[in-house]
Amino acid sequence: MSKSNFTRRGVLKTGAVAGAGLTLPTYLRADGHTGFTNAPGDSEVVLGFNVPQTGPYADEGADELRAYELAVEHLNGGGDGGMLSTFSSKVLDGTGILGREVKYVTGDTQTKSDAARASARSMIEKDGAIMITGGSSSGVAVAVQALCQEAGVIFMAGLTHSNDTTGKDRKANGFRHFFNSYMTGAALAPVLAAQYGTDRKAYHLTADYNWGYTTEEAIKASTEAMGWETVNSVKTPLTQTDFSSYIAPVLNSGADVLVLNHYGGNMINSLTSAVQFGLREAQANGQNFEIVVPLYSRLMARGAGENVKGIFGSTNWHWSLQDEGSQAFVRSFGTKYGFPPSQAAHTTYVQTLLYADAVTRAGSFAPCAVAEALEDFEFDGMGNGKTLYRGDDHQCFKDVLVVKGKENPESEFDLLEVVEVTPVDQVMYDPAHPQMGGAEATLGECNNGA
Amino acid sequence: MLGLDKKDSTLMLVVIGLVIFAPFLLNPFPEGSAMAQFNAGYPDLMQRFVIFGILAIGFNILFGLTGYLSFGHAAFLGVGSYAAIWSLKLFTLNVIPAILFAIIVGGFFAWVIGKISLKRSGIYFSILTLAFAQMSFAMAYSVLTPLTGGETGLQIKNTDNPLIGGPTDGSIGRANLFGAEMGNSFELNLGNWVFTFNLGYYIAALAMIAAFYLSIRIFRSPFGIMLRAVKSNQNRMNYTGLTPKVYTLYAFVISGMYAGLAGGLMVAMDTQVGPERMFWTASGEIVIMTILGGAGTLIGPVLGAGSIKYMENILSKINKDVLHQWFAFLPDGLEDAMVVFADIFVGKQWHFTLGIVFMLVVIFLPGGLVEGAQRLSARFGRKKKTDTTDTAASTPAE
Repeated sequence: MSKSNFTRRGVLKTGAVAGAGLTLPTYLRADGHTGFTNAPGDSEVVLGFNVPQTGPYADEGADELRAYELAVEHLNGGGDGGMLSTFSSKVLDGTGILGREVKYVTGDTQTKSDAARASARSMIEKDGAIMITGGSSSGVAVAVQALCQEAGVIFMAGLTHSNDTTGKDRKANGFRHFFNSYMTGAALAPVLAAQYGTDRKAYHLTADYNWGYTTEEAIKASTEAMGWETVNSVKTPLTQTDFSSYIAPVLNSGADVLVLNHYGGNMINSLTSAVQFGLREAQANGQNFEIVVPLYSRLMARGAGENVKGIFGSTNWHWSLQDEGSQAFVRSFGTKYGFPPSQAAHTTYVQTLLYADAVTRAGSFAPCAVAEALEDFEFDGMGNGKTLYRGDDHQCFKDVLVVKGKENPESEFDLLEVVEVTPVDQVMYDPAHPQMGGAEATLGECNNGA
Repeated sequence: MLGLDKKDSTLMLVVIGLVIFAPFLLNPFPEGSAMAQFNAGYPDLMQRFVIFGILAIGFNILFGLTGYLSFGHAAFLGVGSYAAIWSLKLFTLNVIPAILFAIIVGGFFAWVIGKISLKRSGIYFSILTLAFAQMSFAMAYSVLTPLTGGETGLQIKNTDNPLIGGPTDGSIGRANLFGAEMGNSFELNLGNWVFTFNLGYYIAALAMIAAFYLSIRIFRSPFGIMLRAVKSNQNRMNYTGLTPKVYTLYAFVISGMYAGLAGGLMVAMDTQVGPERMFWTASGEIVIMTILGGAGTLIGPVLGAGSIKYMENILSKINKDVLHQWFAFLPDGLEDAMVVFADIFVGKQWHFTLGIVFMLVVIFLPGGLVEGAQRLSARFGRKKKTDTTDTAASTPAE
């Protein structure tokens, strides 16, 4: 506020250093009179990449940002074009979006919904961003999605796995490509039943927040449908780092499977703890004791090291996939950055391309027109096989990968192997499914803003 | 003017002027120029400046005057926010009841925590408040999920049906003041400049002016002198037959109400609450704001809050791409070197810059930014120094 004086002074000094006289074009502001928020000018369009650059998910955020930069490069006709050539829709030709050069602004969500919304609002209010994308946790995704709905811009969710994002908190202006807890459960359960039999007793350790709850609910429902029994489920605080007191009672509980509904650092610690307690070698109810980790990421697998070997889980995408789209993406990403992309990078790259494609097909940047173009859109060649963007809840439906920690990894990136590709029909659900907020959850009306 | 002496009236008028003309002052650079990156005159950030200003002013009443360092102030902010959003969801979308409700709940919560924490002083008091705040955070994050929405927090939904005047067409309700939405803005185009006048900002600004006025009155009142007495020597106060605890509790509750007000305004401007608003780092940020600006001074905390929010929102958005544009006039090798060097201080490294600034201020300007301003005005020999500090309390907080 009043500090404006100071900042202005400081800024002027900085300006002298930076060459205050430079009249380089930066970002055009929308005139706000063309029927929707931040209508772009004739020469360029601004996208807002809102990712965690600090905090617990900074690694994922950094990878997402790399993928965004790659996507922008490809949309503007740079690089080798990546997935543009494998994408089933062919309207993108490397001349930006609708002939406008793609520019972007970045922001730091800090994995906090307040900071994420502040950053997104500054992109919308100051930089004139027409679309916001990113996020590495469901809390942030839900918060920013609601903001975009209110402001009248499109939100393309990044890494968010909780059912709520397209479940009870779904919004007409928000879209998610990533899979969710329900799909994890539906894909994992049959594989688990085939591997470990149907006569199993499961013990859940669940991170004590929304994502943990929805994942536990989904895994429980799917495994119980296979004949498993849930012996107990214990909530662990998100900030917990030592899980020994939670692991110790597991062996005497009569359970023979431990499900770790943990993500990130939580999972690394709880899995390491479980392995150290000898659960992998233990016997219970006359069967080998097993551990399951519903949501895997490569970054987590790297953190847990040796301990992930042979442990089942699910993932949205993996760089070792052999289809054309995945290979094209891995090639361009690898050429630019020197290592293979993570699933977070994949989903954000695809989301950016899907948005650009929808705008081009709609012939307009107006959020409602874009939403209409995305709804019930079927596409292929983006690494997940045939995919449907369902209009009822704005969730992508595609095959889900069931993976397992590799026994003999060849490099630090080669930690997971794909065990099974669960076909999309098996993970399909009704939009009014009780786990998705039931019949009460609706998208509401799409909002064009100003 | 209004019971203020001449010096305070001047300060008050300066603050009012700055607040009213902030949309101009914060947007000094024309749109489309390279320097537009540093413009801060958009509604969200202006709102944040005044809201965190209120929070810091309130914190300063406790810390600056009594010297009690509360390390859990974010809890009152969070509780106020939750109160406000429930008022919007259940009672009415008008922001006034929401803000009032937030103040009351913030104050009550502060009274409960203050009653217990004020049994100790010094570091033990700080730890107690920190513990309570972390407890509130943990409960909001998980145990109280039905009440707080857990990790995802609370928002207004299209299924919400407030008692008075919700939307009937199934759209999502928006916070308003008798029908005028907080997001309403008027844009003034002057040449290449665009100035945004936002209704929400002016409501928050009005609240800050009131909060600032009240804070001056408290600083100058006999009650304020009692609070300073608590800071200088509690034993002596006891011997003269006064009960310090009563005064500190009042200060704590007032300070909690300020935080509640800030929380309520935050929700009114941006209808969303998440538990991380109560995390201990948020409490720490308030302490840093106050010390950076100048603890115990009237205007200092506001300056500190503004500086931190500016860095968080402006510096963090400068990425390599922007840097390359700035240094594009340099030869290639030099350009890259400059970009790598500058990148150390901006983008995701904004915490680093903040840390350096904070260290420099604490080491060289123990009285905060206000002391810096005083030294400058002394150096350039203005005929009459506009003393913004309060001389009795300008010693740095221990």
